[in-house]
Amino acid sequence: MKLWTALSVLFFSPALFAAALINGAGASFPYPLYAKWFSEYQKVNPEVQINYQSIGSGGGIRQFSQKTVDFGASDAPMTDEQIKEAKEPVVHIPTVLGAVVVTYNVPEVTKPLQLSGDLVADIFLGTITKWDDARIKAQNPGVTLPAKAILVAHRSDGSGTTNIFTDYLSKVSPAWKEKVGVGTAVKWPTGLGGKGNEGVAGLVKQTPGAVGYVELIYAKSNDLKFASIKNKAGAFVEPDMKSVTAAAGATKIPADFRVSLTDASGKGAYPISGFTYLLVWKKHPDADKGGKLVEFLNWAVTDGQKYAGDLHYAPLPSSLVPKVQGAIKTLDAKPAAKAKG
Amino acid sequence: MKAEALENSAAMQGPWSISLPTVKRFKIKAGRGDLHWGDRLFFWLMSTAAVGICGLLGLILAFLVYSALPTITQFGWAFLVEKSWDPVNGEFGALAFVFGTVVSSLLALLVATPLSVGIALFLNELAPRRVAKGIGFLIEMLAAIPSVVYGLWGIFVLAPWLRTTVQPFLGDWFGFLPLFQGPPYGVGLMTSGIILAIMVIPTISSLSKEVFRAIPRANREAALALGATRWETMRLSVLKSSKTGIFGAVILGLGRALGETMAVTMVIGNRNDISSSLFAPAQTMASIIANEYAEATTSLHLSALAEVGLALFAVTFLINGLARLLIWRMKGRA
Repeated sequence: MKLWTALSVLFFSPALFAAALINGAGASFPYPLYAKWFSEYQKVNPEVQINYQSIGSGGGIRQFSQKTVDFGASDAPMTDEQIKEAKEPVVHIPTVLGAVVVTYNVPEVTKPLQLSGDLVADIFLGTITKWDDARIKAQNPGVTLPAKAILVAHRSDGSGTTNIFTDYLSKVSPAWKEKVGVGTAVKWPTGLGGKGNEGVAGLVKQTPGAVGYVELIYAKSNDLKFASIKNKAGAFVEPDMKSVTAAAGATKIPADFRVSLTDASGKGAYPISGFTYLLVWKKHPDADKGGKLVEFLNWAVTDGQKYAGDLHYAPLPSSLVPKVQGAIKTLDAKPAAKAKG
Repeated sequence: MKAEALENSAAMQGPWSISLPTVKRFKIKAGRGDLHWGDRLFFWLMSTAAVGICGLLGLILAFLVYSALPTITQFGWAFLVEKSWDPVNGEFGALAFVFGTVVSSLLALLVATPLSVGIALFLNELAPRRVAKGIGFLIEMLAAIPSVVYGLWGIFVLAPWLRTTVQPFLGDWFGFLPLFQGPPYGVGLMTSGIILAIMVIPTISSLSKEVFRAIPRANREAALALGATRWETMRLSVLKSSKTGIFGAVILGLGRALGETMAVTMVIGNRNDISSSLFAPAQTMASIIANEYAEATTSLHLSALAEVGLALFAVTFLINGLARLLIWRMKGRA
């Protein structure tokens, strides 16, 4: 009998909290920050419990479109086709920014390397094969470059990081656009694939002469060496929170926030960066949950932003926050019972 | 095997006739009236379980075919012989993955089979009992190591060692063979073959050991009595008569190698290409699914991954079926 009691508790107890349980799924890149947000938000508003599964952006969009979760999360905005398939109006809420850095393992090089976009594209296309190539030398005066072969390391798993990186390369290199294109998984012309940021970082760390790309957060928290990238204004910019936020500040943001931030034009803007989004329905099928979700979103884009820096995410530029709040206002949800600080 | 199958089929003719354990050729059959209700319930439970598993297999197959339908209709058989895999432009061909799966698994068997048979011979024929027990236990423990741990070990220990020591050596001395050409990356077909070999050794060696143990002591004594040396005894009375058994063990090992995902994904280099060199990175059917499923954005891409899964299903089915056939034929000859 004890067993039955235990089982029934197991089965029926979630029902007690059903009103306050909000489920989400999607991108793994912002997961550390989201986990922090959900636990902090529970302190602010104890009635709401948010449950998030980091299954990847593609999976997030699928589960969201099929309404198995209350909200989705994705590093790339939904495509027009995906929005059409979802049938009901979707709203993209940008939460924070991420950036992709070009990391390398050339022990002979002591100063940070400087690379222009087309050079990065040619390295990843396999047309530049040696570290002492004349074009790399020209951009790095005073740096001793060895005559080592370049080994390209890329993500083997589909990833939002790859999406941002290939989006940038397509913008700066016609050859890349024609031969490879943009996507979460692409047909790599050369190199080795590693699974996840840690897989790419592992390949780069262990192979002298290797070059790869990883998320800024990952590079920062693992002390990887990374290159400064030449932006549209012609300046070599080191990726950090300031230069990434600057990229969003310098780009004209459309009303639905679906925009690529790569190759941004501002002087201090780091060119390989992008938003990560939460996906919500314009009219949530469950009005009560929709209202709770709106409260959370408002908190996330204002008070929540202060948690971003510690975890190496770039916060939204302050000029953008009112626009995002405006978008949240357009959501058709039951008005919150009372205002929360 | 065959006799058992016959008995089972007799039992399957109807719930009223149940064959209970047979003693030699004498079979106890129980009619409906004689059966205790518990026995009948047990029969139904067990037969539901058995039929259910077969049904599940059918459902999985149906699911795979259904999910893969868009690519099956669009690419047809070309899917299996085309090697271009380009999610951006919607071109999908699985040949590179079939190649990677088959080559890495065969490489694993090439390394693991002699080692495993040697281990089994040593443990069963040569080693003192205590030593044999200890070593046998340790080898079986290899099977308990999670595959992600093998993968980590492959990345941090095996691949660097292969890159700095083994592959340059092979390239210098045997570089005239296409097998050992190209830059030594460390990760690639060779590394995944070796990792897989280590992973299937416990399976093959413990099964071979069981096969050897089943050989009557008298056979060995007969060989010894004829003046055979230790090696000749093993060759004549042990190895010769257990060929079929060893073959079965190898096939079970192959089954594990074909489907292994995590460890292989971590060390194979994940490159959708076919190369004659063992140093080159490759991709297997299991690893491409593990790599790309979560972030596949277009429905065609998802469907292509499902079809790769279907192909993996078919390959394992085919190889296991072929092995069964071979075993039956060998049995018939012996």
